[in-house]
Amino acid sequence: MNVLAYLIPISLILGGLGLAGFLYTLKSRQYDDPEGDSRRILSDKWDDHPKE
Amino acid sequence: MLSLPTIHCQACIAKVEAALDAHPGIKSARVNLTLKRALIDAEPEVKAAELVTVLETEGFEAHELDPGALNDTATRNASKDLLMRLAVAGFASMNVMLLSVAVWSGAADATRDLFHWISAAIALPAISFSAQPFFRNAWSALRAGRLNMDVPISLAIVLALVTSLWETWLSGHHAYFDAALTLTFFLLAGRWLDARARSAARSAAEELTALEVPRALRMATDGPVEVPVADLRIDDHVLIRPGARAPVDGIIIDGRSEIDRAMLTGETLPEVRGVGDPISAGEVNLTGPLTLQATAVGQETSLHRMAALVAVAESGRSRYTSLADRAAKLYAPGVHILSALAFLGWLIWSGDMRVSLNIAAAVLIITCPCALGLAVPAVTTAASGRLFGKGLLIKNATALERLAEADTVVFDKTGTLTTGKPKIMNWGQLTDAQKSVAFALAEGSAHPLSRAISEMARTGNHAPADVTEIVEKPGFGTQALLDKQAVRLGRPDWIGVTPPDDSICAALDMGDGTPVLLTFTDAPRQGAAEAIAGLRAQGVDVILLSGDRAPAVASFAAGLKIEEWHAAMLPDAKAHFVAKLRDEGRHVLMVGDGLNDTAALATAHVSISPAQALDAARAASDMVLLGQNLEPIADAVAVARQATRRIRENFQIATLYNIVAVPLAVAGLATPLIAALAMSTSSITVSLNALRVRGRG
Repeated sequence: MNVLAYLIPISLILGGLGLAGFLYTLKSRQYDDPEGDSRRILSDKWDDHPKE
Repeated sequence: MLSLPTIHCQACIAKVEAALDAHPGIKSARVNLTLKRALIDAEPEVKAAELVTVLETEGFEAHELDPGALNDTATRNASKDLLMRLAVAGFASMNVMLLSVAVWSGAADATRDLFHWISAAIALPAISFSAQPFFRNAWSALRAGRLNMDVPISLAIVLALVTSLWETWLSGHHAYFDAALTLTFFLLAGRWLDARARSAARSAAEELTALEVPRALRMATDGPVEVPVADLRIDDHVLIRPGARAPVDGIIIDGRSEIDRAMLTGETLPEVRGVGDPISAGEVNLTGPLTLQATAVGQETSLHRMAALVAVAESGRSRYTSLADRAAKLYAPGVHILSALAFLGWLIWSGDMRVSLNIAAAVLIITCPCALGLAVPAVTTAASGRLFGKGLLIKNATALERLAEADTVVFDKTGTLTTGKPKIMNWGQLTDAQKSVAFALAEGSAHPLSRAISEMARTGNHAPADVTEIVEKPGFGTQALLDKQAVRLGRPDWIGVTPPDDSICAALDMGDGTPVLLTFTDAPRQGAAEAIAGLRAQGVDVILLSGDRAPAVASFAAGLKIEEWHAAMLPDAKAHFVAKLRDEGRHVLMVGDGLNDTAALATAHVSISPAQALDAARAASDMVLLGQNLEPIADAVAVARQATRRIRENFQIATLYNIVAVPLAVAGLATPLIAALAMSTSSITVSLNALRVRGRG
């Protein structure tokens, strides 16, 4: 059972990474225009720099 | 900020942005396809009107938006905040649930204690962050001496945490950390759905307001200058072009024209005004340019004063308690008494404080406000999404429930049941020569009757007669020369004929001494007959109220088969009429568009106004009808009734779960596993039931 000492922190850290990632996307306003963003990837105009 | 209603693909985005970026003075432009808007950062000298023409040459319909009227960053932040809490609660509940599964499947002794301690370490910070909205609401309700849904929710969460901590401390068997977190997660999901549905409707409603950018033309020494309406002062001279709405109250000092007062009085026929006559803000100038001397501006205009009266009338409606609040009123005390009784009963019977507290917590969690908290938002989200698809915006949270109760519909005539645009009646009786002359003369004027003639002539493929020296005489009509013979089209008394009755008429003088009368009627809006038939089929009475004259209203009501109608109603009379119906115990749905309807809209149980309505009318109503067709109104009533039925069903389902689970909890048989199962299944059943909301048929 000693393996729990590693596994539990690892699973928590992995979950926490996912949560932090989601909060980052939320904070950086990536859900403001879901429709437009899904269309923009179809054009090669913004391949080098994403539109501000 | 521009609104771009027609953009739909990646090519549109690229084209709009390229066109805007190429325009001198623009620093950056970004299109938001979800909101169908373009946000532009530009030098101050760039005018929105230029950009609109730039985009129109590219083939996109564009309108200027007033950023001041849009307030969606605030609503967006609120829903973002909820989403963040939802994410934290979701993360924590999943982890704790994993640990709990290990405990349920037989972890014992030191391992179980370790898992409980880890769960506590996750649950405490997660709940203190995620459940804040509930705690805050519950606290403000308690401070005001009321009970709402959030009180039992908060109590259940807090009590579950406290007993679980205590159990963990004493290395006991049962901890409810997972239940407390799942509860928070499901309830936040309900709140978030609710917030999202409402913010979508609100942002669309605000966009309608923002489309009317308040600008005016102020006369300076070197000609008219465009200024924001807020900058106008009393005694400023303001130019109103034909087709424009008066921004201020004032007195005409130059010009003569016809004024459309339909928005204020419901009168279809324009009135003639000349130098010295007063004009109120909101009236539309039709034919000739006018110069006003402002007598009242901003908040002092008659338009604003009337809108302020509406706010007073609105307070009556806020007394409505939503179904959820009514359920909470029954439910909250019941749950508290039940769990207190269970606590006391066990305390007396066993004398064990720890067991009793555990049972009380189990009762609170099992009674599960979870399904109740999801029951309403899930249904309203489904129903308002469906109505939004049909072109109906729901601005108010309880509007759906109130709409479901409606048993009488009161329609305004001009601009609501009708398009507000007249239609010519006796076109077929005219000779071809008369038609072409009438067409030619009508082309020279922006008067609504002239427009009706032009439209009719164009659909009949008539060519305008070859007339010369066409002049519009504001307030009278147009005249021109046809083969050196004077021809005139205009008011019957100007031409020299007396109309046989009060119907809307114009006269045409061909120069041969026998003028002909052209009669008009106000055409019903598309879908009006279907909407009325649909409402009748659902057992709703239909009543027509109009500020217009009796004969016009009578013939119109007959055309739409409305038995009960009242003509020449002043704004106050309309509001009194609605109030009288209300006092008779009827639930009135008011549909209206003009300023003369606002008081009635606010008095009614629930109200709808079309998108073309005045801002004040839209603000006073609970729902806004986008598009021209009236038919969605009948659907709306059907959907609302169905939604309310679903909400009731959801409450029944939740109650059923409670009836099964509560005895178990009181008997002390409810383990955290049973609590988690009951909670999840009831939430899922309720959400699935909500998805069954459909329209008519």
